[in-house]
Amino acid sequence: MEGVRLIEVKEEILADNIKVAAEVRERLRNTKTLLLNLMSSPGSGKTSLILRTLEGLKGSVKLGVIEADIDSTVDAEKVAARGIPAIQLRTGGFCHLDATMVTQGIDALAASEFDLIIIENVGNLVCPAEFDTGAHKNVMILSVPEGDDKPLKYPLMFTICDVLMVNKIDYLSLSDFDMAALRKRVLALNPKIRIIEVSCKTGAGIGDWVAWLKKEVDAFRLDKRSV
Amino acid sequence: MHELPITESILNIVITYAEKNNVRQVVAINLRVGRLSDLEDEWIQRYFDYLSKGTVAEGAKLKIERTPIKLQCNSCATSYEVEITNISDTVCPSCGKKGSKLISGREYYIKDMEVQ
Repeated sequence: MEGVRLIEVKEEILADNIKVAAEVRERLRNTKTLLLNLMSSPGSGKTSLILRTLEGLKGSVKLGVIEADIDSTVDAEKVAARGIPAIQLRTGGFCHLDATMVTQGIDALAASEFDLIIIENVGNLVCPAEFDTGAHKNVMILSVPEGDDKPLKYPLMFTICDVLMVNKIDYLSLSDFDMAALRKRVLALNPKIRIIEVSCKTGAGIGDWVAWLKKEVDAFRLDKRSV
Repeated sequence: MHELPITESILNIVITYAEKNNVRQVVAINLRVGRLSDLEDEWIQRYFDYLSKGTVAEGAKLKIERTPIKLQCNSCATSYEVEITNISDTVCPSCGKKGSKLISGREYYIKDMEVQ
């Protein structure tokens, strides 16, 4: 039998995605368009948060939305009904968006016209954490009914995000969700993460979120190297 | 579920290297994957077997080495390994403080391949 020889490869498996993500970030930095990647489980309130954000920004920021779903256009229709440009990407069964799909979205939106583009990623706490979309900021939502133990089960997602939105705080009195335990677990994984408690239903805490977002958009507009 | 696009990337890289090196048959591929990734070895192999049919890599065995999760203490810069189950409840073994940054555990890397 012919001998087996060894060939050195030394390649990053995700090198292609890492390269395209860097191109997306640079391209939008040049047009001063902040790209924000919003991730969470299904049903934790991504679309509701986007709708609350539209209200909160009250036209002070030119906003576009890239929606991703396995197979529907429901979310983009909800956003477009408010007069906000929205593109729906159907991932065709894929569990996450990658930077190439995001590139298609920003091309279709004519992204350079905007101050802020929000990507609503596929509802999933696992796969989207692994794939860099090219976003400048990563934000995740955890809703109260999902439980305070999620950082233990999906540590990578909590590690890569700049902001954690704890949504549905109007359910707190009905559940045994332990906010102090959640904060401790999350901050141990990611000491720099900002935690904002909100209820998209009642509007509680939305002001804090919108204030943070406006500050980031303004900083990005003034100094394109700030993010 | 993201095993599929990752497996596709592995296969593309392997085929490129096989062509460059006049390979008749790829026998095994040595990968390094961080413990923070929840890829299942069995599923990567199954997807690989399916995608690689009819290519030079058909039948190749994927050998996956899992690299540990390593944190570096923000206070004293000591690096230390943790298990995924207690990652959010660790303190620096050297100075006893909390607060650290991740320095390894997210790798997706092809080291080398065994070929004929």
